[in-house]
Amino acid sequence: MLLESIRMSWENIISNKLRSFLTMLGIVIGVASIIALITIVQGATYSISEEVTSLGVNKITVNATGTPLKQGLSEEDLKNIAKVNNISGLSPTISGMTNIVYQGQVKEKVTVQGKNEVYFQSDSSLLQSGRGINILDLESKNQVAVLGRDIVKELYFGVDPIGKELMIHGTTYTVIGTLASSSHFSLTSNNKAVIIPYTTALRSLGVKNISSLDVFLLDTNLADDTVNNIKRVLNSTFNYKDNAYTIFNMGDMIESFQSMMSILSLLLAGIAGISLVVGGIGIMNMMLVSITERTTEIGLRKALGATPNRIQLQFIIESIFLSIFGGLIGLILGSLVAYVASILIGVGFSIQVSTIALAVGFSAIVGIVFGYMPARKASRLNPIDALRSL
Amino acid sequence: MPEILNMQNICKSYYMGEEEIEVLHDVNLTVSTGDFLSILGPSGSGKSTMMNIIGCLDVPSAGKYLLSGHDIEDLDEIELAQVRNKEIGFIFQNFQLLPRMTARQNVELPLIYSGLSSSERKKRSQSILERIGLSDKMKNLPTQLSGGQQQRVAIARALVTEPTILLADEPTGALDQKTGTQVIELFEELNRDGRTIIMITHDQNIARHASRVVNILDGYLTEKEVL
Ligand SMILES: Nc1ncnc2c1ncn2[C@@H]1O[C@H](COP(=O)(O)OP(=O)(O)OP(=O)(O)O)[C@@H](O)[C@H]1O
Ligand SMILES: [Mg+2]
Repeated sequence: MLLESIRMSWENIISNKLRSFLTMLGIVIGVASIIALITIVQGATYSISEEVTSLGVNKITVNATGTPLKQGLSEEDLKNIAKVNNISGLSPTISGMTNIVYQGQVKEKVTVQGKNEVYFQSDSSLLQSGRGINILDLESKNQVAVLGRDIVKELYFGVDPIGKELMIHGTTYTVIGTLASSSHFSLTSNNKAVIIPYTTALRSLGVKNISSLDVFLLDTNLADDTVNNIKRVLNSTFNYKDNAYTIFNMGDMIESFQSMMSILSLLLAGIAGISLVVGGIGIMNMMLVSITERTTEIGLRKALGATPNRIQLQFIIESIFLSIFGGLIGLILGSLVAYVASILIGVGFSIQVSTIALAVGFSAIVGIVFGYMPARKASRLNPIDALRSL
Repeated sequence: MPEILNMQNICKSYYMGEEEIEVLHDVNLTVSTGDFLSILGPSGSGKSTMMNIIGCLDVPSAGKYLLSGHDIEDLDEIELAQVRNKEIGFIFQNFQLLPRMTARQNVELPLIYSGLSSSERKKRSQSILERIGLSDKMKNLPTQLSGGQQQRVAIARALVTEPTILLADEPTGALDQKTGTQVIELFEELNRDGRTIIMITHDQNIARHASRVVNILDGYLTEKEVL
């Protein structure tokens, strides 16, 4: 019986190809825009998340501005923080502004950073050439430096800087490595960096405090606990003063970014959903016209033994058919648009099964909702009046 | 012969706004298996109203109507649809074939609502079209058939469910005299094979072919012997 209704609906749709197509157009556009928007937003979200993740989700950054009495962290404080569970390594940063000189060329007001071996271990793609700072450099407070790309270009134009000397804050350092140029998505650029062992920096740069600290985690799932434990240590370090430090958790940032993007994609889908409703009204209109045209046919079918339910079923199936068919065309069209857009924008492309289910489900619902009223109207036609209308 | 249709004091009224107009008055009619009954009356006398009630397309305002033992009053919409499907074979004045369907598909139409499988439908519609002499026109659309052929397809459609009563409203109204006579001859033949037929007409010459004629005038039914 269902099969029979489907066949009849199909015949009615193809016997009126142009009109059926125009009716479906609303649904096609609606579904295509939903699919395209969701897919593009998801692709962009995925690409950006990947990029951010590559910066390290296993990293917590502590910025310690300190209090008037204690302007930052000491080496002692680092040892205390290192005792917290779930920490694989600490990478402190000391910053000082000073002049650097190579063979009489002076570069003023350069930010010189003191770092440790963990910083270089955390990212193997950091170095362009030479070596990074190692544990011996730290213990011996060696006067060695790793330089960013722009510094190399300016001071060592045409020469290999490795093994050359560099004057920092009046002391002579040996250049041991150069940094690769930073990627576009990186939050901080390394191109102008001058990096020396932080122990050396504490002694000879005139800076007495560690202002920033990257904490590397063993298990990112425990990030929240670890953050709380670090806070506890920092609170006692800074004597429970407010605003002495900030903690920045990369994992948190990715999460809030992703939830923001999913809200955005829902919002866009909602806007596109409006066109689905408009498409649904188009279907309802066509169904009503079709019923008026087929009044005699409906009357005849009733006279020959069709129950009202049968008539209603047939018209609902017809409307579901139109909308699902439109939905499928929209799915293909929307995927194509999203694919082309993803290539143009340069983000990843993948269509989720849930997106397809959403599109098809949505169009089926539109078919049922907007087909119900016309179908009911058809099923209620009085066969006598219907047959007389010819 | 067993009685298959029994109408007792049937009245039918229509409402025109507040006003009630009775168009059938106390109609009594019995039809037995094998009857070939003609209901003869001028325009506006209530023939179509009678046909709608006999065919269970409409319900009487008063009176009792028994069809094959069913009291029509007791049936709901779905049961009425089933009665129309099984008991009545409708033949309409203007054929009422669906233009997009072939002759055979048109004949199959009522069988869809009997819930028959498509192979069974095909078998039955083919054999009935052969019997009626249209085996070479099965794939024709109604527009590719003459008026007489169209009416024969309609008759095949009415017969395909093996109904208790063949109910025809002005079956020759849209045909010329010659094809009209052929249709009537087909009716006579079907009746000889035992089919019960009720034929509604305003034409005395057509009514004469029936074995029994009742006259309807201004909603009053009177029976008289065939001349
Ligand atoms: N729905 C209706 N509402 C009001 N009056 C109606 C309705 N249907 C029929 N009538 C009236 O009932 C009477 C009988 O109508 P009916 O259609 O049965 O006549 P008929 O004998 O079939 O005529 P014809 O030969 O012209 O078809 C007419 O006077 C008509 O005006
Ligand atoms: Mg009439």
